[in-house]
Formats: sequence, C-alpha cells, structure tokens
Amino acid sequence: MSFITRGFSGRGRERDDRLPPGQTLVTDFPVLSAGPTPEVDTDDWEFTIRTETGAHSWNWDEFMALKIDDVDTDIHCVTHWSKLGTRWRGVSLDTLFEDVETQYDYVMAHSYGGYTTNVPLDELLDGKAWVAFEFDGEPLDPEHGGPARLLVPHLYFWKSAKWVRGLVMMDQDEPGFWEQNGYHIHGDPWKEERYW
Amino acid sequence: MSDAPTAQAVAPSAAPLAVPRSGWHVATVAATHRETPNATRIELDVPGWPGNAAGQHLDVRLTAPDGYQATRSYSIASSGSSTRVVLAVDKLPDGEVSPYLVDDVRAGDMLEVHGPLGAFFVWAPAADTGDHRPVQLIAGGSGVVPLYAMAHAHADASDPTPFRLLYSVRTPDDVYFDDEFATLVDAAAPLQLDVVYTRRAPEGWATAPGRIMREALEAAVFPASERPRVFVCGSTGFVERVADWLVELGHDPRSIRTERYGGA
Repeated sequence: MSFITRGFSGRGRERDDRLPPGQTLVTDFPVLSAGPTPEVDTDDWEFTIRTETGAHSWNWDEFMALKIDDVDTDIHCVTHWSKLGTRWRGVSLDTLFEDVETQYDYVMAHSYGGYTTNVPLDELLDGKAWVAFEFDGEPLDPEHGGPARLLVPHLYFWKSAKWVRGLVMMDQDEPGFWEQNGYHIHGDPWKEERYW
Repeated sequence: MSDAPTAQAVAPSAAPLAVPRSGWHVATVAATHRETPNATRIELDVPGWPGNAAGQHLDVRLTAPDGYQATRSYSIASSGSSTRVVLAVDKLPDGEVSPYLVDDVRAGDMLEVHGPLGAFFVWAPAADTGDHRPVQLIAGGSGVVPLYAMAHAHADASDPTPFRLLYSVRTPDDVYFDDEFATLVDAAAPLQLDVVYTRRAPEGWATAPGRIMREALEAAVFPASERPRVFVCGSTGFVERVADWLVELGHDPRSIRTERYGGA
C-alpha cells in the first residue's frame, strides 16, 4: 500500500542486510523504559527460576561462578533503532536451565521494579539467550538494565528484560507488561511483529 | 535458595486502559504551523483513524521515489475520537525524518501512519478510570507533546482531578502550544503551569535560567504525601534525572510513568 511521499528522499542509502525491516541504524544506545530506573545492589541481587515443582536461585557470587559467555550480537528495538555488533558478557540460559526440570513451555521474565515479559522456553535455549551483566567491556549501566538483564537478541529488545530477577515457568503463553500495553506477544523483528 | 518471585509480588500496578486497535492508515497533511524556530505542528487527516487516548504515539513512515523507507515514532498532541490527528515534531540535528517533517512537509502531502500505539503512558478522565489522584506532568522540551494532550483532555472533560505541569524549556521562543496553555490555565478544570527556562528567561523573570535542580523540582510538583500520579517525558537524560529525584523525594516508583526520547 506504500506510496511515495512528495519531497522525501531519505539519506540511508547504504542498506545493511543485518537491519530488519523498518529499522534504522544507531551508534548510541537509546533507552526504552516505562518508569524510574530501579537501584539494585549486587549484594541484594538474586536470580530465581521457578517451575511447577520448585525454585532454583543464585545470588550474585554464585551467579558469577557459573560459566560466562562472550556474546557478539545485533540488537533491535521496537522503536525502530538497531545497533549492530554489540558486545556482551553473561550466563547462557542453557547453563541456568541445566538442572531445571519442567513440563511447561512458556516463561514469564520478572524484573526488579515490577515489569514482566513473556518468551517461549525454546526461544531462550540452544544459545539464543543470556542473563547479561557486562556491555562493551563495562558493568551494565542501571539505565540499560544493570546489574543484569535478560538478553534475547533475536527478538525485539523489550523482551530482553532489564533488571531481571527471575523466570517463572507457565503452562501457557500469557502477555507480560509491554505485551499487555500494545506490543506483540512474540516480537520477531524480521517479521515486524511490533504491535498487536 | 530463597523465595522466588511470584506473578503476584511483582505484577505491574496498573491494568492497561482499553484503547483502540492499531493499524496502518494513509494520512493527508491538512495544515502545518511553525510551532517554534525548531519545530512544526502538523495536522493530519486520517480517515479510518479509530481515535486515541491522550499520551499515545504513532509511527510515521515515509517512502522515497526509489522505494527507500524510513519510519519514526512521534507522540500525538491530540486525543479523542477525531480523525484529525495533531503532531508537533522537533527537528533533530542529524535527523533523517524530522527535518523533512519540520521544514518540507506541506498541506496536501500524504504519508503513512501506524497507530495509535502504547497503552501505558496514557491518561483518561477520572470518570472513566475512577482514579482521582492528582496528576503531575513533567516535560523536558519537546517531551511536552503527549503531556499537552493529557492537559487538553483534562480540560475538555472538565475533569475535577488536580492537574499540574512542570515544563522545562530552553527559551521563551521554544515553548510549544503557548496560546493553548494560556487557555488551559484559565479553563474550568484548570491546569497549574510552572515553566522553567534553562537558557534564557523572559525579561523580569523571577529566577535565573538554568537546568532544573532537585529543590526546584520539589517546590514545583505535588508532594509525595498527596500520592500524585506522575508522567515524565523528555530526553533520556532529563527523564532519568527527574525520575530518580522523584523517587528520592518519596514518590512511589509505581506511580511514575516515563517516556524517554532517545537518540536517532
């Protein structure tokens, strides 16, 4: 249905294959948050996976003793910006789920500050997601989700819950915070699953 | 091992408002108006627009002759059931879409919009929500656009909720909706307006221009004891600073909603 808008030429001619449709390349790191940035001290930080049968928790020291991955990835925000070749360090969800038994297929990520986002479990495993605590060689800034955030780079970045504190297994998919407030239940940038 | 988070313990405090479903629409520019030296107000006629809540945004998509497309999000300055949708766009120095919208677009031009979007940074009259807490709006620069929509909706509804806006702006020339705000201040459901000038104040202004500090913020907003709902909109730096101070001043983080205008 698109038509030419009179007088618009644009300047982004060098189209990069790594950019999903409707995205614009940025070099800075814009922020999307719904409220104040919560202050979370690593002394008080805890990460928990809760299943239908019980819970697995790690404090900061236990978490840092896990196998740590270097991650080099592109990230795509629903507000139309993408950032290519970002460098993170974090713990793979494969590592965190090693000893977790669950029959449930869906995950609700919960954050300090009260926010939630839903992701199917199979989209968090097999090297597709991390709990990241370092960006570009530095501890993750609070405004970007520090001390630790979920990193699910193949989905729009609101799925990469900032200030993450835990995952709760669900037997069916339910919308999280942004998903209830207008964003797509799944959020694949290559299919432009932005809004419902 | 310790207690895991439960959905109950960390659920967001507010249920989303019922808002119209979003979709793509063809918009025709009905009128443009130079809002400030750096910004243009654009009135769009959008047949089929389902209406929007105060505070929502939309995506604008422009297509160049060679098929190249660029899409950006803009807050909506209007609300209600009208298919006349008002934007006010600030020109970003290295922008691609905003310079076109601010300097080149003219009546009769057509573009695509997708919306309305966002169901969280919105305000609706107390008659609809049952929420009678005072409302504090805090704007930095062009971040005033969705807050103006809220203040306007408040006056239109003659809503009894106390409404206050703290507006941080560079100079008197940079004030958006100057005449409209003068009307809202005198409305039957009045808006209490406090303006802070960061670079140049009007002649005879009581305070010297400068960035708003914590004490000035405290003096110009409803106190935490009145449990206001707070909407903050502006650049990321402005919003981070203001929201942090509000929490320090005792405001409940769950009562503070933010919209950050970042980068590109």
